Amino acid sequence: MRKLQKSTRESIFTYAIVIVAFLATQGLMLSGNISSALTGQLVPICAYVVMAVSLNLTVGVLGELSLGHASFMSVGAFSGVTACISLANVIPSDPIRLVVGMVIGAICAGAAGFLIGIPVLRLNGDYLAIVTLAFGEIIKNLITCLSVGVDSRGLHFSFLTSSSMLNLEEGGTVIINGPMGIAGIPKLSTFTAGFILVVVTLFIVMNLVKSRAGRAIMALRDNRIAAESVGIPVTKYKLMAFVTSAALAGAAGALYAMNFSTIVATKFNFSTSILILVYVVLGGLGNIWGTVIAATVLTILPEMLRGFNDYRMLLYAIVLIIVMLATNNSRLKLIPAWLKKTLGSKTGKESISNE
Amino acid sequence: MKKFLLFLLTAAMLLAMTACNGDSSTGATATPAAGGQTSAGGSIKIGGTGPLTGGAAIYGQAARNGAQIAVDEINALGGIQFELQYQDDEHDAEKAVNAYNTLKDWGMQISLGSVTSTPCVATSVENNADRIFALTPSASAVAVTEGKNNVFQMCFADPNQGTASAQYINDQKLGTKIAVIYKNDDVYSSGIYETFSSKAAELGLDVVSTTTFTEDSQQDFSVQLADAKNNGADLIFLPMYYTPASLIFQQAKSMDYSPKYFGVDGMDGILTLEGFNAELAEGVMLLTPFNADSTDTRTVNFVAKYNDAFSEVPNQFAADGYDCIYAIYAAVKAGNITSAMSASEMCEILVKQFTTTSFNGLTGDNVTWGANGQVSKSPKGMIIENGAYVGMD
Repeated sequence: MRKLQKSTRESIFTYAIVIVAFLATQGLMLSGNISSALTGQLVPICAYVVMAVSLNLTVGVLGELSLGHASFMSVGAFSGVTACISLANVIPSDPIRLVVGMVIGAICAGAAGFLIGIPVLRLNGDYLAIVTLAFGEIIKNLITCLSVGVDSRGLHFSFLTSSSMLNLEEGGTVIINGPMGIAGIPKLSTFTAGFILVVVTLFIVMNLVKSRAGRAIMALRDNRIAAESVGIPVTKYKLMAFVTSAALAGAAGALYAMNFSTIVATKFNFSTSILILVYVVLGGLGNIWGTVIAATVLTILPEMLRGFNDYRMLLYAIVLIIVMLATNNSRLKLIPAWLKKTLGSKTGKESISNE
Repeated sequence: MKKFLLFLLTAAMLLAMTACNGDSSTGATATPAAGGQTSAGGSIKIGGTGPLTGGAAIYGQAARNGAQIAVDEINALGGIQFELQYQDDEHDAEKAVNAYNTLKDWGMQISLGSVTSTPCVATSVENNADRIFALTPSASAVAVTEGKNNVFQMCFADPNQGTASAQYINDQKLGTKIAVIYKNDDVYSSGIYETFSSKAAELGLDVVSTTTFTEDSQQDFSVQLADAKNNGADLIFLPMYYTPASLIFQQAKSMDYSPKYFGVDGMDGILTLEGFNAELAEGVMLLTPFNADSTDTRTVNFVAKYNDAFSEVPNQFAADGYDCIYAIYAAVKAGNITSAMSASEMCEILVKQFTTTSFNGLTGDNVTWGANGQVSKSPKGMIIENGAYVGMD
C-alpha cells in the first residue's frame, strides 16, 4: 500500500466495488435468494452505470455540461440492434452478436459525437448545455422518422415515416418502424455482458483520466486560457473526451436495448439525459466510484419505493434533496476527516506519506 | 438559513401530500380494496401493469378501476375468488418490466399484460418466457401478440381499426375528400394511419391531405387544419386520443372550418373531458367497441357502479378492463382452474379456453380470439348527437 498513489488506490477501490457487487449478485442468484424484480434490473443498472461514468467524463473531467447524453445512447441502441438483427444469419453465436452490436453501437454513437462535437465544443458553459440539449432533441426526432428494413439486397433506409416506402423484397423484414421503434428485439444482453461492459468502461475512463491526455483535459477544465497558453490543443482534447463519452454511451445503449424486446426513440428524451446527469451530480463530479454507486442506488430506489404507490416519485425527489443536502453539509463532511484521523492514528506515518 | 430551508422543504412536502390526497381519492379507494383481500386464502392472483401516473395515467387508472369493479363483483358472488394488483409502469417499457417482475414476486398467476402498447410489447415477451397467461385490456399494437401463443388482446389490434375505418367511410359514403391528421411519434396513432392509408388506396378513397404532429407539438393544429381546408377536405380522419382531438375541434371552429370528423376508439371519452365544450364534438363519428350510454342492463349497471366508486363516466379502457376480468372468470370456470395450480398450468388451460370459446361482454357480443391472440368483434359506429353517443347503423 505504501507506494501506491492516491489515484491508483481509488481505481483499485472502484474495480473492487464492481467486482464484489457482481460476485455477490451471482452468489445470490445461484442460491436463489434474489427477487425477480431485482434480477430484471441488473442489465439496466449496468447500462446506467456505463452511461453515468461516461457522462462523468464530459461533465466531471472535461467540465462541460452536456444535456444530450441520452441521444448517444439512442444512436447506439438503434444502430446496435439493427446490426444484431441483420447479422442474425451471419453470426449465429449470441454473445459474439451482442459484442458486435455493442461495438457498432459505440462506433455510430462515437461518430455522432464527433459530428456534434465539432461545432458544439467551440462553445462554453451554458451555451454548450443548450446546444447539446437541442442536438439531443434533433437526434430523437430524426430517429422517430427513420425506417430501416433488411432483405437479401441489404439494408434499406427511409425518412418518410412509413415502412411501406422501403420497397422491401419478399421476405424482407422491417427493423426500425418509424415512431413505433423496434419491436421483437432478441434478448441477447446478460448480466455478465453488462458487468464486462462496466469494467471495460471503468478501464477506459480511469486510464484516460490518468494519462497525459487526461491531465490535458483536466487542465482545460480548470483554466482554459492557461492551458492554451502552454500549448494544449483545445479542440483535440475536448473532442477526445466528448467522443469517448459518446461511444461508451452508444455501447450502453446497445446493451440496454437488447435487454428489452422493444425500444422507441421517445424513451431517450431530455428527461433521460437529466436522469443520468443526476447520477453524475449525486455521485460527485469527476468521482468515478461515486457515480457507479449513485447510478446503482438511484436505479433501484424507485422500485424499492413501489410500496408507497402514488407517493413513490415524491419520496424519490425528497431522497434526492436529502442526499444533496447531506453531501454538501459541512458537518457531515467532517466525518470522513474524523475517520481518517482515528484510523490514521493507528497506521500512523503511512497515511501521511500518501498525502 | 439551513433551518429555513428545511422548514420550506417540509412545508412543500406536506402541501404535496395533501394535494395528492385531494386529487387521487380514486386511487385511495381502489388501493384498500386491492390490498384488503390479501388475507383471503385460495384466491387467484391477477396482476397488471399500466400508467397510473404521468401523461397516460387516465388510461391506466381507467383499466385498473374497471378491472377492480369486476373483481369485486365476482368476489361478492362467492365461489372463485380473485385478487387484483396493478403496478405503475409510467408508460415506459423499462418500468413495465420492473413492474411485471414485482408482480411476479407477489405471486401473480394470471396477467393482464400492460395497458398501453409499448410497455406491453416488453412485458408480453416476459409473459411468454415465463408461461404466464396474459390478456391485455387495451394494448393494441400487433407486436404485442405476434409470435406469442399465450398473449391475448381484449381490444382491436391497430391494423383492424385502420382497415375498419376506411371500409366504414367507404361503405357509408361519409366523405369524398378526406384529410388525415395523425401523431407520428405514437405507436397507436401511426399504426392505425398506416393500415388506413393502404386500405384507403385499395378502396380508391380520395385522401387529399395528410399531416402529422408529435408529443411536443400537440397544442397548435392551425397548419394541419389549414392544409386540410385548402385542399377542400370534407371529412377529417383523426386516429388519436381525445385530448389533441378536442383542440382540433376548437381550432377548426375558430377558423370557420366545419368538416365532418371520424375518430377511432381513442376518441371515446371526449364528452367527459374536463373543461371541454361538448357542443364542439357535435356530429363527430367514431368507431368504438363500447358505449357508456347504452341501455343494455350490464352496461347501465357497470356505468352506475363506476360512477359511484370513482365519480366519473367510464371510458372504453375501463370497459376493457372489466371485460378482461369477466373473460378470465368465464375461462377459469369452464377450465376448472383452482388457485392451487401453478401459473403455467393455468396458462395452458386458459389458452385452450380462449381459442375455443366465445364471450359476451360490454365491448362486444360473441367475442372470439384467434390462435394469434387477436380479438374478433364488430366495432360499433357511433355519432355524437346532443351531447351523447348514438349508434349509427
